[in-house]
Amino acid sequence: MAKVLLEMKNITKEFPGVKALDNVNLSVEEGEIHALVGENGAGKSTLMNVLSGIYPYGTYTGDIVYNGEVCKFNKIKDSEEKGIVIIHQELALVPYMTIGENMFLGNEQGKKAAIDWHKTYNEADKYLKMVGLSESSKVLIKDIGVGKQQLVEIAKALAKNAKLLILDEPTSSLNESDSRALLDLLLKFKKEGLTSIIISHKLNEVSYVADKITVVRDGATIETIDNPDKKLPEDRIIKGMVGREITDRFPKRPGVEIGDVKLEVKNWTVFHPQYEGRKVCDNVSISVRKGEVVGISGLMGAGRTELAMSIFGKSYGKDISGELIIDGEKKSFKTIKDAINAGIAYVTEDRKGNGLVLSNPIKINTTLANLDSISPKMIIDKDKEYNVAVEYKEKLKTKCPTVEQNVGNLSGGNQQKVLLAKWMFADPDILILDEPTRGIDVGAKYEIYCIINDLVAAGKSVIMISSELPEVLGMSDRIYVMNEGKIVGELSKEEASQEVIMGCILKSGRGE
Amino acid sequence: MEKTKVLSSLQKYTMVIALVLVFILFSVLTEGKILLAQNINNLISQNAYVFVLATGMLLCILTGGNIDLSVGSVIAFAGGIGAVIMEKGGNSFIAVAVMLIVGTLVGVLQGYFIAYVKVPPFIATLAGMYAFRGLANVVLQGYAVTIDDKTFLNVFGGGADCYVPEFLNFIEGKNGTCIIAGALGIIIYLVVTFGGRIRAKKAGYTVDPLFGVVVKAVIICAAIAWITNKLSSFKGIPSALIWIGLVLFIYTYVTTKTTMGRYLYAVGGNEKATRLSGINTKSVYFFAYVNMGLLAGLASILTIARASSAQPTYGQGYEMDAIAACFIGGASAYGGIGNVGGVVIGAVLMGVINQGMSIMGVDANYQKVVKGLVLLFAVLFDILSKKDKK
Repeated sequence: MAKVLLEMKNITKEFPGVKALDNVNLSVEEGEIHALVGENGAGKSTLMNVLSGIYPYGTYTGDIVYNGEVCKFNKIKDSEEKGIVIIHQELALVPYMTIGENMFLGNEQGKKAAIDWHKTYNEADKYLKMVGLSESSKVLIKDIGVGKQQLVEIAKALAKNAKLLILDEPTSSLNESDSRALLDLLLKFKKEGLTSIIISHKLNEVSYVADKITVVRDGATIETIDNPDKKLPEDRIIKGMVGREITDRFPKRPGVEIGDVKLEVKNWTVFHPQYEGRKVCDNVSISVRKGEVVGISGLMGAGRTELAMSIFGKSYGKDISGELIIDGEKKSFKTIKDAINAGIAYVTEDRKGNGLVLSNPIKINTTLANLDSISPKMIIDKDKEYNVAVEYKEKLKTKCPTVEQNVGNLSGGNQQKVLLAKWMFADPDILILDEPTRGIDVGAKYEIYCIINDLVAAGKSVIMISSELPEVLGMSDRIYVMNEGKIVGELSKEEASQEVIMGCILKSGRGE
Repeated sequence: MEKTKVLSSLQKYTMVIALVLVFILFSVLTEGKILLAQNINNLISQNAYVFVLATGMLLCILTGGNIDLSVGSVIAFAGGIGAVIMEKGGNSFIAVAVMLIVGTLVGVLQGYFIAYVKVPPFIATLAGMYAFRGLANVVLQGYAVTIDDKTFLNVFGGGADCYVPEFLNFIEGKNGTCIIAGALGIIIYLVVTFGGRIRAKKAGYTVDPLFGVVVKAVIICAAIAWITNKLSSFKGIPSALIWIGLVLFIYTYVTTKTTMGRYLYAVGGNEKATRLSGINTKSVYFFAYVNMGLLAGLASILTIARASSAQPTYGQGYEMDAIAACFIGGASAYGGIGNVGGVVIGAVLMGVINQGMSIMGVDANYQKVVKGLVLLFAVLFDILSKKDKK
């Protein structure tokens, strides 16, 4: 029995009107990887914020016992001094600073009034090597990929002499191979004695890496599952998370007739808007039929979003060439408005950044893409607007007190529903859904899948871009696999499996 | 629950309450002088330009905290051109049209650079601020030009007779036109508010609670009645008030009821999402600045009429008054939040403080200090009250 490094006892934290944590207990042994799982809003991040001193001592009740002593952290610096370092989901790196500058931001080397840059970069290089990065620490953060940025965050934590590393959704923006590399790195550090707590939605990763898994639900710890041989089935974890067994993660789609070809894209080539001569999409040809769900699978950076946005009224890229055929008719869009008028909707992967006006209410977001339809002579009919918003709220089962609620106050799943409502109200025939279930919990995912089924049942065509293989496999009638800007495979529902898709990607990567 | 509701509605009207408190404070400090009919009249006439400019500025600020620094210089420039035309014997109608067109063209120019060339608004309008100040000097050749066109002065709020003429003299010592207009204003407000409420209720929509609507209506009607009474015992409705009213009415409508108004808020809230919703965001920025130019043209007319002259130094610092009125009135420095009603409160608050201190004989330098502090506290209060909610 290893020594218990951290024990959180009866932690209760209240926000005005909500009990975010209710008597939570968590015990982490030295040298283990402990996973925290739970649906969105279950209280995982709040718990970690309590631990790292973001919520200072006194704003919660209960005790934190770390290394045998009761700790009272008032700020992040206090917990860092003890060796507790948290890496947040949103990377906290400054793009126009070098790796080295970022790594020692707030922890500058040398004297207060005179930073020792030689020491800074020397030390930085040392830690970069530890996380397996070969970059020089003088490279700017903006010039390295997200996967490497995540590694820099870990190096930064190590530079702070971390003994307990907390990672909040470390792989949420990484592709499969980068994620795997990161998890293997954690396993390596574990052997060297580092303790980590990992918060993740990706249950396969949790099961791969964690020694123990604690399930949090509605602000309380439900259970801690041992995972000694790293083979815990995902269903077992899901059962704890939702409190019931989900027998079918993907709803059935009975009897939807697949019709004629609705949209066809031929020889589509798109160049990067900044880098001269770099092809983001290379001679891509895809099609979607009426009533069909077509999945586009691939790794992060494969060019899927770029493909979708370039089709959607040239909202991405330059020197776009190729043919766009809708209902057998050749089309060409100059603006996004043209694409919308032709019946295309693009539901972005980045709902906060590109999709919704968070400071505005649900009703205003719902009508934004099709405001003209309720505004005769440019004057908005506000009664109609309200009715439309209520109609979609009920249709999509959006959970909110009223449609006057600001979208920024909704949970991820409900925000996604408002985003879908916005585009459904634009009444498109073809919906391109980009990562429609990113960052939302299992229950809300199921509801989004049901909405997709309703859409195709109503004769719409859906193109679904997703990085989650089970989702692509579970929902698509046909699957395109994309890698490095090219379509490297087209699979029917029957022939597709995780192995076949990964095989397509790997083969193309080797240039076969 | 009830308590928090009361608190949050109080928070909504904090600036109104602050305005009332400041007014009471100055009534005491000036021993009631600020309440004299003539002073109320001056309050409106002197600050006409703030209302007009701040309304235009609000639209720019809504698009993302963007401001227009050039408006003060544009006033001197456009006003200078208008004054020279009238001095050379030109028709005042032509002069008015030219001033509006010059203002709009300036807006088109700056709007083009901001919206389509992507020059940051601060820089584009800072350039305009220098350039048009210089051009104002060129147009006026460095001198003041006096305006003596009586019609022009009367219509736009300058000279001794810039009031709506008296048609009905039915009460001794009171201006009948003013009373009738005030009464009409109250009736129209009541009909629109309660008529709309009844219609919405019939159609089955949820409406604001009756109590709140009544309280608001009583306060607004009382305010109109009070101002009407004051103005009617002086010389009647100052013509500047007509222009202020017109601008406020039109832009309340534009910002709340039209698609362009909606787009202004959406662009300020999330530009990318708005663009990906198929809205031409460039044209939204362009509209905001062209409109600002038009209103700067109108403000230049009001300014030279009020002073009965044009000078190259006119309008200095006006852009800051307009920006301050917007922020005091609750507009967000990041865009997407703010309304015309807030601008009115902000402009009146600044005006009351200015006038109150002038009556008290406070040194002009200290007046500026107070103005600065008011702006800081207004925004500070806004930030703190939002923090509490979290």
